[in-house]
Amino acid sequence: MTDIFQAVINGVLTGALIAIPAMGLTAIFAVLRYVNFAIGSLATTGAFAAWMLNTHAGWPVLPSMAGAFVLVAAAGLAIEQAALSRLRPSGALTVAIASIAVGIILENMLRFGFGNDLRAFDLPLMRDWRFWGLRVGPQQLQTAGIALAIMAAVFAFLRFTRYGKAMRAVADNPDLARLFGMEPRRIAMATVALGTGLTGVGGALLGLDSAIDPMSGSRLLLPIFAAAVLGGLGSIPGAVAGAILIGIGEELSLLVIPATYRSAVGFLTILLVLSFRPGGLFGERAA
Amino acid sequence: MLSYVIFSLTTAGIYGLLALSLNLIWGGAGMVNLGLAGFFAVGAYASAILSLAGVPVPLAILAACVVGAATGIGATWATVRLRGDYLAIVTLGFAEVVRLVAMNERWLTNGTDGLPGIPAPLKSVLGPQGFAVFYLCLVLAILGAVFFLLRRLDLSPFGRVLKAIREDQDLAGFAGKNAMRVKLIAFACSAGIAGLAGALYAHYQSYISPDHFQPLLTIYIFLAVTSGGVGRPAGAFLGAFLVILFLEGTRFLGHLLPGLSSGQVAASREMLVGLAFLLVLHLRPQGILPERIRPAPRSQP
Repeated sequence: MTDIFQAVINGVLTGALIAIPAMGLTAIFAVLRYVNFAIGSLATTGAFAAWMLNTHAGWPVLPSMAGAFVLVAAAGLAIEQAALSRLRPSGALTVAIASIAVGIILENMLRFGFGNDLRAFDLPLMRDWRFWGLRVGPQQLQTAGIALAIMAAVFAFLRFTRYGKAMRAVADNPDLARLFGMEPRRIAMATVALGTGLTGVGGALLGLDSAIDPMSGSRLLLPIFAAAVLGGLGSIPGAVAGAILIGIGEELSLLVIPATYRSAVGFLTILLVLSFRPGGLFGERAA
Repeated sequence: MLSYVIFSLTTAGIYGLLALSLNLIWGGAGMVNLGLAGFFAVGAYASAILSLAGVPVPLAILAACVVGAATGIGATWATVRLRGDYLAIVTLGFAEVVRLVAMNERWLTNGTDGLPGIPAPLKSVLGPQGFAVFYLCLVLAILGAVFFLLRRLDLSPFGRVLKAIREDQDLAGFAGKNAMRVKLIAFACSAGIAGLAGALYAHYQSYISPDHFQPLLTIYIFLAVTSGGVGRPAGAFLGAFLVILFLEGTRFLGHLLPGLSSGQVAASREMLVGLAFLLVLHLRPQGILPERIRPAPRSQP
C-alpha cells in the first residue's frame, strides 16, 4: 500500500513538470493548428540554457529558469519566422514535419557544443523527508512548486490579460477573432513565444530533477504528447490534468512492468485515448 | 572501392523501397508515417527470427511483409478517422515502442546484443563477392517490381480514390467511397512494403540490433520522398538514391574539418540532413520530379 502511495506522490511530482512543456505544445496547437515535434529539442535547449546560467554564470535556480524561458522563447520565435511560418499554407502536416527537421538541427547543435556527457545542476544536497514510510525530496518539492507557480501564471495570463484573451479567442474561432480586430499574426507569434518558452522552462525543471544530455528532451517527447492528447490537444487545463495522470500512470505501472518500458505507458495511453475518446478529457472534436 | 559502390547501391535500393512505402501513403493519401523505422524494424526482426528458426528465407521475407502490414493496421486503426496529426503522433510513438521491445525482450530479439548469423541466401554458393552482386540484383529486381505495381496502383481506380481522399476526404466520402477502408488498406500496403525492406536489410546484413533502427532513418526517407517528388513513385526512387549519395558524401566531412571530434562530425552530418530537409521544403516542395496531375476528362455534351 505504501508503494502505491509513494508511486502516486512521485507521479504527481513528475507529472507537474511534464505539464509545462505539454501546455506549451497544446497552446501552439490551439492557435496555430500544428503539432510541434521540435518540442523535445526545445526542452533540451531550455535545460542547457538554464544549466549554463546556473553553473557557468553562477545564477541561482529561479533566475536561471526565467532565463531559460526567455532564451527558448526567442529561439522559438526565430525558428517560427525562419523555418515554419512560410510553410503554413502547405498544411499543418508539412509544418509538423518541418518541425522534426528543426528538432534534429537543434539537438545536434547541442551535441556539437556540449557532447553526449551527462551534466547536473549546481544544487545543494538535501536529505529526503520521510513521513509515514513515504519519502519526498525537498528538491523535488521545490521544482514542483515552481511548476505550480508557472501554471498559475499561465492561467492568470490567459484569463486576465488582453493577449491571453485574444489567444483564447483565436483558438476558439479565428475568423470571429479577426472580425473583432485581433491581428492573427501577432497573436500567433505571442503564442509561439509563450509555448516554446514554457517548453524551455519545462525542460529546465526536468533537468533540475535529474541530469541532462542532448537527448533528454527527445526522450520526454512521448509522455509530453501523451499528456496533451489525454487532456485533449488544444486544451491547456487538459494538458495539466493529462500530465498529472500520465505521471501517476507511469509510476504505478513501474510497480508491475520493468522501468525500461516507462515511455510505452505514454504510447498506450495515446492509443487508448484515440480509440475511445479522441477528444481527450477536455478537448474539442478531433475528427 | 567496387564493393563499396555495390554496398551503397544495395542500401539505396532498400531505402528506395522505404521511399515507395512512404510515397504510397503520403503522396497517395496525404497520411504521414513517422514510424517508418519501426515498421522497417518489425520486418527485419520478423524475417530474421523466422529464418533463424529454420523457415526458408523467401517464406520468411514474405511473412515479414504480412507481419509489417498487420502491425500497420494494428497501430493505425484507432487514428485513421482522425486528423492527420494524430496519426503522426501515434506512428512516432510506435517506432519508439518497437525499439523498446527490441532492446528489452531478450528471449525474442536478443536485446541490445542483436541477432547475429541471419541466413544470407546463396552466400555459401556464391562467395562474398558474388553474393554482394547477386543481392544487389535481387534488391533492384524487387524494387522494380514494387515500383511497377505501385505505378499500376497509382493509375488504377484505387489510386484515384486515394488521391481524391488526399485532396478532400469529405468529398470522396460523398462520392460514395469508403475513405476509412481505403486509407487503412493503403497504410497496410505501405507498412508491408516497409516490412519487406526490413527483411531484405536483415538478410543482407546478417546481423541486426536495435541500433540499426534509429528514428533518424525515418527522416532520411522523408527527405528522399520530398526531394524526389511527393506523389510520384519515380520521384521516391530517385530521392532514395540522392539521399544515399548525400549521406555517403557527408561521410567524408571529417576529412575536410580535421579539428572536430568524431561526435562533432556525426552531429554536423545530422544537422546537414535536417538543414537539407528544411531547404527542400522551402525551395522546392514539389521535388525534382513533380507530381503530374492528369487533366479531368472533358464532360460529354
